[in-house]
Formats: sequence, structure tokens, C-alpha cells
Amino acid sequence: MADDKKGLSRRDFLKTTGVATGALVGGGLIGGLVGYNVKKEGKVAGTKGGGETHEVANNRGLMFFQTMAEFNVLSQAVERIFPEDDLGPGAIGLGVPYFIDNQLAGNYGSNVKEYMQGPFFAGESTQGYQSSLTRAEMFRQGILKMEEEAKKRFDKKFVQLEGSQMDEIITAFQKNEVEMRGVSSEYFFKVLRQATLEGAYADPIYNGNINMEAWRMKDFPGNQMTYLADIESEKFMKYDLKSLSNMEH
Amino acid sequence: MVTTLEKVDVVTVGVGWGGGIIGAECAKAGLKVIGLERGKSRGTADFSLIHDEFRYAMRYDLMQNLAKETITFRNDRKMRALPMRQMGSFLLGEGLGGSGTHWNGHTWRFLPYDFEIKTLTDEKYGKDKLSSDYLLQDWGVTYDELEPYFDKFEKMAGISGEDKNPFWGKRTSDFPTPPMKKTPILKKFETATSKLGYTPFMLPSANLSEAYTNPDGESLAQCQYCGFCERFGCEYGAKTTAEVTVIPTAQKTGNYDVRFHANVVEVMKTGNKVTGVKYIDTQTGEEFIQPAEVVVLTSYVMNNAKLLMVSGIGEMYDPDTGRGTLGKNYGYQILPGATGFFDEQMNVFMGAGSLGMTIDDLNGDNFDHTDLDFIHGASMSITQTGVRPIASNPLPPDTPVWGSEFKKQSIYNYTRTLSIGGQGASIPHKENFLSLDPNYKDAYGVPLLQLTYNFTEQDRNLHKYLTEKSAAIMKEMGAKTVMPGNPLTNYDIVPYQTTHNTGGTIMGADRDTSVVNTQLQHWDAENLFVVGAGNFAHNGGYNPTGTVGALAYRAAEGIVKYSKNGGSLV
Repeated sequence: MADDKKGLSRRDFLKTTGVATGALVGGGLIGGLVGYNVKKEGKVAGTKGGGETHEVANNRGLMFFQTMAEFNVLSQAVERIFPEDDLGPGAIGLGVPYFIDNQLAGNYGSNVKEYMQGPFFAGESTQGYQSSLTRAEMFRQGILKMEEEAKKRFDKKFVQLEGSQMDEIITAFQKNEVEMRGVSSEYFFKVLRQATLEGAYADPIYNGNINMEAWRMKDFPGNQMTYLADIESEKFMKYDLKSLSNMEH
Repeated sequence: MVTTLEKVDVVTVGVGWGGGIIGAECAKAGLKVIGLERGKSRGTADFSLIHDEFRYAMRYDLMQNLAKETITFRNDRKMRALPMRQMGSFLLGEGLGGSGTHWNGHTWRFLPYDFEIKTLTDEKYGKDKLSSDYLLQDWGVTYDELEPYFDKFEKMAGISGEDKNPFWGKRTSDFPTPPMKKTPILKKFETATSKLGYTPFMLPSANLSEAYTNPDGESLAQCQYCGFCERFGCEYGAKTTAEVTVIPTAQKTGNYDVRFHANVVEVMKTGNKVTGVKYIDTQTGEEFIQPAEVVVLTSYVMNNAKLLMVSGIGEMYDPDTGRGTLGKNYGYQILPGATGFFDEQMNVFMGAGSLGMTIDDLNGDNFDHTDLDFIHGASMSITQTGVRPIASNPLPPDTPVWGSEFKKQSIYNYTRTLSIGGQGASIPHKENFLSLDPNYKDAYGVPLLQLTYNFTEQDRNLHKYLTEKSAAIMKEMGAKTVMPGNPLTNYDIVPYQTTHNTGGTIMGADRDTSVVNTQLQHWDAENLFVVGAGNFAHNGGYNPTGTVGALAYRAAEGIVKYSKNGGSLV
């Protein structure tokens, strides 16, 4: 571990945050810690095309959640939605939890471009979202509710559950069986699922889709400037993947 | 404290396609024109980092900030109208070019049938084909009268296409540029529809097949099929928009200026004329009055209607009595279609907004409706717009929406799924209309527009018939699984459907049934013009922009004439 002094190793991180290693299951926290390993070999998405490596210190971290406990619940939940498998990384490996955390700290979390003036009434489903809760408030409450459900159903912390037990809780949200205040659990599930897909497949400049791995799995080549030469091709075309960070000059 | 500015010949409210065309034509004729745009300036140079699905397609970076202004919505008059708090069903524009900046570029001329729909339907099927709850009416202009203006719009825009559709109106000249490239995906559709007896042709496109210089001297580049059109601006200047054509044309005359961050809140009227508009500078909060000889409302459908309503110009439509015209005949679009899952991988990520093939055999009155329980139909197309990975996660029937099976299926099918979609006509109904909301206000204290809308029996029948036809085409294309679109239930403002809203400020030959005359001149104020898809008396089976462009060119000619002679143009 030659780079331990330059960066913050996983062990160091665990010590400094006081997270009990015994509480960790699966690969969750390890994946969740990806961003804390500020190492030179930690090449992130800002990789230049044409084989040229663009070294970036990966200083990702939490901008919204205040505790690793909340963040780890989020991480495990999104990993169940988009799991690691033989195709490639899941939500944690792709950095989705950081993507969501970072989004919640900004315009998205505060519903800045949305009409948030009262009065507020429940309305019909065809009328869309009608709550005064911001997404940031909804996520914080939703994560707490997941933790509560884990305690209630299995007398454990959410991150200590087996995958199938986590699925049972997520399904309860999806079926609107969990009571939330100011918002339905079904709606929270929909937003959580959508945010997971956004984090997985957005350009890596937003801190998810690490190394464009989700694009690679899906055969989406990213930011290509032109397909003029190949648009009539009968053959399925593959390209060197490109992020918008390739456009930095 | 309101500052009154120097009077101009013409002021346009909004600078998108409507404002750009009116601005260019009036400025070329020597009139001094000001365009008031509530958003910011933008152009090709701003789009070099545009290949960003998340920022532009999911977070709507180019679109209206609903925190400042939105609409309220209810399905019917018994429901409490509530604000559309988040963008969904349609994507409102803001900034130079308006929603025309992030259009796909499908450029159609409505069918000759559309303009005389009431007369032709009554003649062929009798007066009772539809119940009297449907407010079907002729537009007051014919296709032949509009043809020169369609031609003018297409030449200005350099539209790429081929005159191979036996069903559309007669063209005086061929398309300015040849059709786009016919890809393997398009050929699948071509082969299948031909086999089924239909007549496929390349979709008329404002993503240009080759470089083009228009009659005003503006140059457009060749489309690169990059797959980022709809919801995006074009970094090549290869998608025709107002900001790369008519707006620079207007500016070159020296008679035209755009004032940004200028949000119009009222049209000022004295007697039977308007005197100008009041606007708020959104950067300082200052109020200004811009006096003008002619005022032209060229913002979106919603805002054009709202400005007339808050300014008390015209009689509000009353669904109980059927009296009044302002807000009447709101139309949307019915979207039948089918999705097909294939075995082979296809280059679905490549494409262009208008790269497609269409059949018109099931549009308008191109097929017999005697034994059918609806009128009109839809253009049915396959388009290869470039599908992107966040939004496109195609799942065969009965697949879970999350978890490992979801991941596998959505990844596998991403490059193996095609869709056929119809742009279905929307026939106005007495219960579908626009009005002012009594409770909710925008950031400037002006009431929000209220939308009352639901799908009708006619819509459901049209949708069902054409969905079945789409599924049959998809089967013929060789899909191993065909998934027809779900039946229409109630209109839902949440999922994206289409930004083809129409009506509310409709045109016509009779002042008792329309807001503006056939020159788009307001019946109650001869120097006020209203331009846009709000003029459509019903919504046809195509995208609206080609028809909006033709109406705008015709209105511009009328405005220039009015500026010399005054009086009613009809």
C-alpha cells in the first residue's frame, strides 16, 4: 500500500469515521468508499481519449448526507436496484451514491426550477407531484424510513440485512406500503430508481458512471461528435467511449 | 415607477420561430422592430458541450424555469386545478429561439383536409359523424392559399425531403435539399410498410442532409447524425432554428433588436387598438412600457392565451354556454404506437431528430372512416433520433423494473428495440379549454394559465385503431416480441408525451367562433396579431412547426400591409 500516505486508505477512513467494521456486509461500504481512496491509480472518468491518461485526484465526498450511516443505507438500496453482476459494476461500483448525494446538495435537491408556491393539496395522480417537500427532505426521510423498516421487520440495521430482506423493504416502498409524511413511499421509490439510472448512465462528469463502465455495458459510446460516416452501416458499430471531459481544453 | 420607452413600429412578445419570422419580414420591409424575450441570448457557440443527456434531456437546462411560471391543470371542471410543479407532459421553452431551439425538426404541411375539416367531414359523413360536443370548425384559409407560405418557410429552413407522399397537398416546388440518409433501421420500416400496401417516404427534416444557404443568405451545415437533437441545441448549426436563420436575417437589416430578460405581463389596450406592452426586466425588477404601432404575440401557445386573458382582450370561452372564444379549442395530440424487440443489435444511438420514414395512409381522411367511430388519424413514423442510456431502458412485458433481471434486460434490449409512433390528430371538445387560474400566480404576481383537458371518446377510438395498425407493422418488421402501446385512459401531465399543444387563440373566418381572423389579426384590436400553434382550430396528425411557420409568414405579409394602410385585413 505504497500510496497510503498520499491518500486515505480504507482502513484509515474507517478509523477516522468510527464506523465499526463489524457492521459491514456485502461489498457495500467498500464500494461506497471508492471515492475516499485518493490514489494516483484511481483513474476516474476524466480519462482523455486516444490512450492518453488524464490523471485526476478523485476527491469525491459527501455534500448532502451528514453521516456515513445514512449514506450507506442509500448505497445499499441503489445497489439492489442496479446490482453488480457478470455484465459489470452495480450502482455502488459506478459511484451512484455519490452522484445522488451531490445532486441532493444542489438545484435538484432544492427543486429550484420547479413551482413550489402554495397552497398545497394532494390532488389526483394525473396532476403530478403536489408536496411542499423538497427532494432533499424526501430523501432524508426516505432513508430514515428504510432504517426504521429494517429495525421493525428484522431488528437489524438496513446495511446488515441480506439482499432478499433489503428487497422486501424496497418492494414495500414500491407498493406504497410504507407510511411517509408529505409524500408517498411509492413516489419516493420512483425518484430513487430514476436517480439511480441517472447516476449510472449520466456522463461521468457528474460523479457517477465511473470510467464510463455503465455505457460500456450498454454499448452506448458516449459523446461522439459525428456518425456521418457510419450512419448507413449494416454492422453494429463500436467506438472508443468518450466523456464530455474529453472536451476540456 | 414605470418607464415608458420610445415607440417602435412593431413589438413581438417572445423571440422563437414566430417572433423571428415576423421580426425578419417586418425589418426587411423597413419597419423598426423590437423583440422582447424573457430568457437569455443563445446560439450555436453555446452548444459545444451539448452531448449531455443528463443536463439537457433530464434536467431540461434549455427550458422554462417553472419556479417563475407554470400552468395549473385539471382533467375536468369538477377537479381542483393544481400547479404543474414539474415539467413532464410537454417541455416549454425559454430563451432566444424558444422551444424551436430544442425541436427535432419534423417539418410538415398540414393536409388540405385539415383546413376545411368541418366542411369535408359533413359532406362525406354527414353532420352527425361526431357529437355536437366536438367543436370542429374550418380554419378560414385553404391549403392552396397557404401553399406559397409553406414554400417560403421550407426554403428559408432548407428542409430535406422527397415529394413521394401521394397524400399530402400539391407542392409548387421540390424540397430545397434531398432527403436524409436511409439507414438500415429505416429500411426495415420501408420494406414492411410497402409489403403491407402502404406508401413510405422520408420524413421532411430540418436536420439538413447537406450544407445549404437560404434565400436570406443564412448558411446551414450538414447534419452529423450525432443523436442529440430533441431537447438539445445543435453544435453544428445543422438543425434549422430561428437563432441561426431568421433572427440574424432580421439583425442584418439594422431595423431589429432583441431585448432579453424582458417578461411581458400585459398588453395595453385603448378603444379598439392596442398601444404597446408592459414588461418587467427580470434582472432588475424594473417595469417598462414599450409603445408600438403593432403588437404581435409570438410566445408559446400557453403564454399567448394568458396574455390576452390577463389583459382583458377578447371574450373568454364559457363551456356552459359555448359563448366566447378565448381559450376555446385547446388541442393536444394522440400518440398510438408499438414497440418491437429484436434479436440483432442496431445502431440506435446514432441518429437525428428528424431522421425517419413515414406513412400517411392512415392520416387525415386518406382512408375511409364510414365504418369507423372516429375521424382523422395519424402520420405513422419510425424515427432514429438517437436513443440515450438514461431514458431508454426497454423492457419486454412482465420484466421487473429494478434489480438484476431489470439490469440484464434493459441493457440487452437497449440496442435491440425499435418503436413506431403516430402523431394523432386531436379534435377539440367543449370541455377542453384554457382559462385563468383564480388561485395561483407567477413570480410577477400574474395569474397562472389554467388547463382543463382530458382525452375524449374520439381520441380513444383513434388511438386503439392506429395502435393495432402499428403493432401489425412492427410484426412485419420482424420483431420477435411486439408490445402495442397501452390503451388511452385519462390524460396525465406527468410523463412526457409531446410538446404539440394547440388552440386557445384560434383563427377563423367568423368573429363569433375565433379569436383572430385569417390574417391572425385580433377581431377586437386591428393592430394586435397573435401567431403560433394557438391559432390551430384543431390539431392535425403532424408536428406543428411547418404550419406555424407558414401562418407566421402569411401574418408578416399582413402586418407590413397593415402598417401602410391600417384597417382590417379581411
